Amino acid sequence: MIVFDQVVKRYPGGYTALAGVSFEIRHGELVVLSGHSGAGKSTLMKLIPVMERPTSGTVRINGQDVSHLPRRAIPYLRRNLGLVLQESRLLYDRSVFDNVMLPLVITGHPPRDAARRVAAALERVGLDGRGKERPAGLSGGEQQRVAIARAIVNRPSILIADEPTAHLDPDYAHDIADLFRSFNEAGVTVLVSTHDASLFAASRPRRLVLGKGLLVGDDVAVEVAA
Amino acid sequence: MMNWFYLHGRAILQALRRLAGQPLGTLLSALVVGIALSLPGGGYLLLDNVASLARGVSGAPEISLFLDKEAGAADVALIERRLRAEPALASYRFVPRDEALHQLQRGGLGDVLGGLTANPLPDAFVVAPRGEDPAVFERLAQTMKAWPRVAHVQLDSAWVKRLHALLGLGRSAVLMLAGLLGFALVIVTFNTIRLQILTQRQEIEVSRLLGATDPFIRRPFYWFGGLQGALGGLVALGTVWLGVQALAAPVAALAESYGAVFALSGPGLPESAAIVVFATFLGWLGAAISVRRHLAEA
Repeated sequence: MIVFDQVVKRYPGGYTALAGVSFEIRHGELVVLSGHSGAGKSTLMKLIPVMERPTSGTVRINGQDVSHLPRRAIPYLRRNLGLVLQESRLLYDRSVFDNVMLPLVITGHPPRDAARRVAAALERVGLDGRGKERPAGLSGGEQQRVAIARAIVNRPSILIADEPTAHLDPDYAHDIADLFRSFNEAGVTVLVSTHDASLFAASRPRRLVLGKGLLVGDDVAVEVAA
Repeated sequence: MMNWFYLHGRAILQALRRLAGQPLGTLLSALVVGIALSLPGGGYLLLDNVASLARGVSGAPEISLFLDKEAGAADVALIERRLRAEPALASYRFVPRDEALHQLQRGGLGDVLGGLTANPLPDAFVVAPRGEDPAVFERLAQTMKAWPRVAHVQLDSAWVKRLHALLGLGRSAVLMLAGLLGFALVIVTFNTIRLQILTQRQEIEVSRLLGATDPFIRRPFYWFGGLQGALGGLVALGTVWLGVQALAAPVAALAESYGAVFALSGPGLPESAAIVVFATFLGWLGAAISVRRHLAEA
C-alpha cells in the first residue's frame, strides 16, 4: 500500500514540485500517473524509493513512514520495490544476464537460485536466450525490457515505473504497457507515470492526474489528456 | 555468515577483475608501492646486518669484578652465590689472581712482571649479562659495586652504548622514511580509488537504486586497495631480495679482506610477512579514506 498525505516538495531555490498531494494506492492496483511536463510526476515517483525526501507531509509504503527513513534503512526499502526509470540505467560493460542478476547479488542470493530467477525474469519479458548479449546490442525497447526484468527479478510487491515508454516507438511502448498489465494481473501493485496515459487505457487502470504540483484528477472520472 | 563470506568472495573477485582489467596501471601502481617500500625495508635489513656484524666483531659485552686483595675463599663463594642468583646474567667465570698473572706473562709482559716480588693482581669475576641493553649493564654494575669485598667494577659497555646509539639513530631514520613513504603510498591509493569511484559512478548509482548498502559498495574498493598494496609489498620484497643477491658477493669479499667471514642475510619469514602486511594495510587505509571521502559524492 502506498499513501501520500499532504506531501509538499520544495527544491532549494524555491521551486515547488508538489504542493500538497494526498492519495492512497491499495495492494494489487494498477495506477497510471499522468500530467504535463513539470507537473511533478517524476518528483512524486522519486519520493517512493526515497530518492528525494518530502519538504513536509508523509509518504507511507506498506505502513512504514519513509519520509524520515534513516539513510541506512533505505536500501532495505528499495529491495522490496521494483524500480524502472526513464533511462534504462543498464550497465553496458556487463551482459544482459549480469544486469538482471545485480539485485540478487546485492541481496546475496545463492548463485544457482539466482540464475534460475534471472532466466525466469528474462523469459517473462520475452528475452529468453538473450542473456549473454550486451545491452548496447539491443534495441531501446529491448533495453527497457531488460530494466523491467531487473526490476521484477526480486519479486517485488510494488513496481514503480517512471516514464518507461518515454523514448520508445509506439509498438515497443504498447508492448511495455502490456508487460506492466500482466504483472498487475499477477498481483503486483503497479504505479506507472507517463505523459501518454492512453497506452494503458485498455487495462482500465486507476488514473491519477497531476497539474502544477497538485492532484487534479483521480480515477476514471477525469478525462486524461492524451 | 555464509552470506557474509559470499559477499566478500564476490567483492574479492570484483577487485581482482578490476586489477586484471587494467594491467599496466596495476603494474605501475605495484612498482610505485614496491620501490617506495623497498627503501625502508632495505634500510631495516641493513641495520639488522650491521648489528649482527658488530656483535660478531666485538664479541659479547662483559663486566669485570675485581675483588679486594684481602678477599678469601669464603668471600669468593659468597659472590659466586650472588652471581648465580642474578637472573640478568647469561654466564660468569672466576679468574683467580694467579691465573690472571699467568695470562699476563703469556701475553708478553713476563719480563716486567718478573721483577715483582708478589702478585699485584686481585681475584676477579668476568660476567656476561643477557641481552645488549646498556641500562641493564649499568644497573648490574651499580649492584655489584655494593657487594662486600668488591674493590672495583669495570663496565665494558662503551662500545655497546655507541652501537646502540648508532642503531637507534638508524632505526629512527628508517621509521621516519617508512612513515613518509607510507603516507605517500596512502595518497597514491587514495587517488587510485578516487579514479575508480569516478569510473564506477554509474554502477554505484544503479546499485544504490537497487538496494545496495554502503558496505556492499565499499567492499570491492577496500579489497582493491588492499590487494594493490599486497602486490606492492611483494614487489618490495622482490626488490630487497634482488638487492641482497647483488650485494652478497662484494660484502663477503670485503669481509674476507679483513679476515672475517660474513654473509649478508636477506629478509626472513617474519620480516617478509611484515612488509606484505604493512603494504596491504597502507593500501586498505588509502582505500578506506578515499571511499569515505568520495563515495558520498558519487
